[in-house]
Amino acid sequence: MTSVVSSTSTASRAAKAESSAVAGRDLRLLMVVPGVVVIAGLFIYPFIYGFISSFNPQGENAGWLANYQRFFSEPRLYDTVRKTLWLAMPVTLLNVGLAVPFAFMLRTPSRGQRLLSTLLVIPMTLGTVLVAEGLMLYLAPNGWLNRTLLEFGILGSPLRLLNNYWGVALSLLITGFPFAFMMMLSYTTGIDPTLARAAATLGATPLAQFRRIYLPLLVPGLTITFCLTFVQAFAVFPSAVLLGAPAGATRVISIAAYEMAYEEYNWSMASTVAMVMGATQLIIVGFVLVLRQLSYRGPVVGGKG
Amino acid sequence: MIALIRDSLLPLAWRWFVIACMIFFVVNVLLIILSVLVSSFGTGWFTGWLPEQFTPKWYGAAWKEFQLQYVLLVTVQITLAVVAISLIVGVPAAYALARLQFRGKSLVMLMFLVPLLVPPITYGIPLATVLYQVGVGGTMWGVILANLVPSVPFAVLVMTPFIEQIDPRLESAARVFGASPLMTFWRILVPLLMPGILAAGILVLIRTVSMFELTFLTAGPDSQTLIVALYYSMFASGVRAQQSVDAMAVMYMLTTMTGLLIAFRFVDPSQLVGRVKSQKV
Repeated sequence: MTSVVSSTSTASRAAKAESSAVAGRDLRLLMVVPGVVVIAGLFIYPFIYGFISSFNPQGENAGWLANYQRFFSEPRLYDTVRKTLWLAMPVTLLNVGLAVPFAFMLRTPSRGQRLLSTLLVIPMTLGTVLVAEGLMLYLAPNGWLNRTLLEFGILGSPLRLLNNYWGVALSLLITGFPFAFMMMLSYTTGIDPTLARAAATLGATPLAQFRRIYLPLLVPGLTITFCLTFVQAFAVFPSAVLLGAPAGATRVISIAAYEMAYEEYNWSMASTVAMVMGATQLIIVGFVLVLRQLSYRGPVVGGKG
Repeated sequence: MIALIRDSLLPLAWRWFVIACMIFFVVNVLLIILSVLVSSFGTGWFTGWLPEQFTPKWYGAAWKEFQLQYVLLVTVQITLAVVAISLIVGVPAAYALARLQFRGKSLVMLMFLVPLLVPPITYGIPLATVLYQVGVGGTMWGVILANLVPSVPFAVLVMTPFIEQIDPRLESAARVFGASPLMTFWRILVPLLMPGILAAGILVLIRTVSMFELTFLTAGPDSQTLIVALYYSMFASGVRAQQSVDAMAVMYMLTTMTGLLIAFRFVDPSQLVGRVKSQKV
């Protein structure tokens, strides 16, 4: 008897919960509210604010597009886009290009794989500032790298790797490659290995397995990895100042945005530069996604997506 | 013969090439870190493989010059506040996203995903503008608020698979026995979720300690964390001895590495990338 009562009451409770959920009045839904408020207030609102303020230039009788006109007429502003792309593009291609075969090679779980991922997380966790500090010593004319090359007679005079393009590119390689590798590794290990084994029994060489099975399944992951690695590299800031030539070859767009905000105190212009930065990232990401759509050759299953 | 080379020797050579490249990369990274460590203990290092003499004096010098006791105190306060708020806000949100179906759910998911994908420097400048307008820019609260933007979504992302692993029938059972939703949350879910909460907390802690851009853009002179103080001292290099900057870098490194070592007890390294591996239950 009691069991019948309790089961009916559970059923009615469940029905009640169901109906209230359907009506959108499940109180548990309130749990998501604080998180949404944080993101809406601290991410979406500032973004909209920055967007609007970029069309409200500081100064007397300036037109609503004055900030953008200024950006695209001053070489020291518009040239930053080219310089940033010139840094971010080759490094991203290299990082992702290396990450794919490496992740494929190390796809089977092993002690080595775990040790390697542990070691590779270190430069990412330390962050760009510390990597820059290390590279300042390591790449210096009397640093360990140049010393080794000189001692072994590979070079006659030390390589100049600091305060120019190369220092920044190397720092982007050191922080970007582990990121790209780890992402690709998690996509590669998500592909069912029986697919490749089936191909192997039919006589596919490892290269053919990679080209015909893994690569098509990896395309979605590859696209995402490329976009994320690129966007990170495009936003390079501390290492461009510390290891590069912040007034010359590595005057990247984030330096321009920083100068506008904290040296000229022109916040509306700083927002404009930030908007251009965001738009450039969006254009490149959109371009890569369209490219992927165009190369789509049929439904892809088996990957984690 | 050719088939033999193609099928067994070439893959083997390729395998060793990849392994050699990886070792080369890791060795260089370790040497870069070691450079800082060695330099921080050296008296002067102009020629030769190692400094002329070793001394611990730079650590004391750095501690005094950069007022590190103050910087560390600020770092600890900011980090703990960010971790606490991220967990308080993030865990319930992760629960709602893992368990409930509601209209606009995919939009909410997108809201939590985008801040993790956009680099901080891109949204940091408009965010700093708003924070300065409200009047918290340059204060500790400004830094805490700015750091919540990537931390709350990150906590949500780390927590979601942990919540999905818990059998929903446990909650139903608690409800049947008359526990209120709040009581179910505290007495059933929170204890079961402890490993996940610890993992999320430590990961948010590491990310906040090493978050340079947002803190840099929003911190005032007395709300700098260790990483920002390190940047300023490197930026003004030449003013102070290189070695005391190195000593400060080593102290920063020890802080993050300790967190990392603790984190490895709870999580898979790939979670640090920000992408949660879907776990097969």
